[in-house]
Amino acid sequence: MKRYSIFSLLRNSVNYHQDWQANWRSPDPKKEYDVVIVGGGGHGLATAYYLAKECGITNVAVIEKGWIGGGNTGRNTTIVRSNYLCDESAGMYEHALKLWEGLSTELNYNVMFSPRGLLHLAHNVHDMQEIGRRGNAIHLNGIDSQFLTPEGVKKMVPFINLECRYPVLGALLQPRGGTARHDAVAWGYARAADAMGVDIIQNCEVTGFKIENNTVTGLKTSRGMIGAKKVGCVVAGHCSVMSEMAGFRLPIESVPLQAMVSEPIKPIIDCVVMSGSVHVYISQSDKGELVIGAGSDLYNSYSQRGSFDLVEENIGPVLELYPIFSRMKMLRQWGGIVDVTVDRSPVVSKTPVNNLFFNCGWGTGGFKATPGSGHVFAHSIARGEMHPIAEPFSMNRFNSGALVDEGAAAAVAH
Amino acid sequence: MFLIKCPWCGERDQSEFHAHGEAHIVRPENPDQLSEEEWGDYVFFRKNPKGLHYERWVHSHGCRRWFNAARNTITDHIYATYKPGEPKPEIDVNDPIHGNPENQR
Repeated sequence: MKRYSIFSLLRNSVNYHQDWQANWRSPDPKKEYDVVIVGGGGHGLATAYYLAKECGITNVAVIEKGWIGGGNTGRNTTIVRSNYLCDESAGMYEHALKLWEGLSTELNYNVMFSPRGLLHLAHNVHDMQEIGRRGNAIHLNGIDSQFLTPEGVKKMVPFINLECRYPVLGALLQPRGGTARHDAVAWGYARAADAMGVDIIQNCEVTGFKIENNTVTGLKTSRGMIGAKKVGCVVAGHCSVMSEMAGFRLPIESVPLQAMVSEPIKPIIDCVVMSGSVHVYISQSDKGELVIGAGSDLYNSYSQRGSFDLVEENIGPVLELYPIFSRMKMLRQWGGIVDVTVDRSPVVSKTPVNNLFFNCGWGTGGFKATPGSGHVFAHSIARGEMHPIAEPFSMNRFNSGALVDEGAAAAVAH
Repeated sequence: MFLIKCPWCGERDQSEFHAHGEAHIVRPENPDQLSEEEWGDYVFFRKNPKGLHYERWVHSHGCRRWFNAARNTITDHIYATYKPGEPKPEIDVNDPIHGNPENQR
């Protein structure tokens, strides 16, 4: 791998940018790998990267049905934060946020991580109590957060309409929260993993598992049989499809989550503003588009498109909070299929099949966890025992009752 | 899936309805004898199929009554809706118009 630097930029610019190296190879699959990761999104590629980098396992393949980063990694609203209520979640997401902070240097790839500050608005007495409770819990976990008055919110977002139908009474600010460029995260991890010998195999669909004596030994794919000593499944919305192939069920349902971007405009909003109560979140991309997300549709679907009435539910709160955007045009709207658990916490777990690991259930908020999820999942696969940060997220918690109940506890808006 | 046919009210706008997940899950007959595994499986674990899905809906902004639907989760096409207690309708997932797109290739 040729490293990117100011010198490589200069050298290539005098050569009309003809000599840039391809970011990763496209090898044919080998007969067998030590570890096969199914799913070439951010979490899967990060897993492969940390397996090679920190666990010394380089005989690794990432198998992707479509193209890398073409699923939910390329469809999310790119928000990164770690202001969660439960200790287990704080452990996971703060681990990820610390990795985000050094990620561009580590990967030698600009993932455009921008800790621009993230506001969570409170609109009623219950919200104020919720951010009070959560803010203090976050402090106890050693994570940054500040309480803001409505005037403080107005200072950060001067054009916000505080006196809207559900007036803004205060906010919780995480200064280290922000955004990152989602595509660059997938590409950066892919490039760095490939440089250490990981095979990234795109357009290769898994059609079944080869399981002998309740132990996974390989994968049936559209490009033939691929042997594997260990398999990690990181396929988000399609995890139930994979688990069915392996012969067990997951505590997960797949629903569509929509997002949209506006036409590009000059810089107007330099932080991320979220609201759980009126349920909308907004930020501005470096291209100038407003990136808008909201709640998910509430029916199971794999259709990668949401319902029309939810578009209205997304836009209504935007116009209430920011009347200045009322004449703006939306450029694109899309949906992704997210894998939702009942407690709104992920499943990072061993499974009933030996040597088969699942990393799923990230639901509507997996992007922010990408580096942390990949890191703990890689260590778990390498050791065969779950990493301490991943331990509470075992799928057995749905049998033992030890849920990580982020959904009920924090009225969570991902 | 813009219109949903409520078995009691007829076709209404989708926004009047809410889905409530997998249908035909039978409550255990001997709840006091179940193990943690069996309780967890009953309460939390779901089929979540890609394709034909039998599921519960409620006409929450209408008659407020529950019913079941057979829907394709790939295309969101609803094959049939039926009242609780009625048997599952047989659905042809290879139907050339509304079957699974993947089976038609």
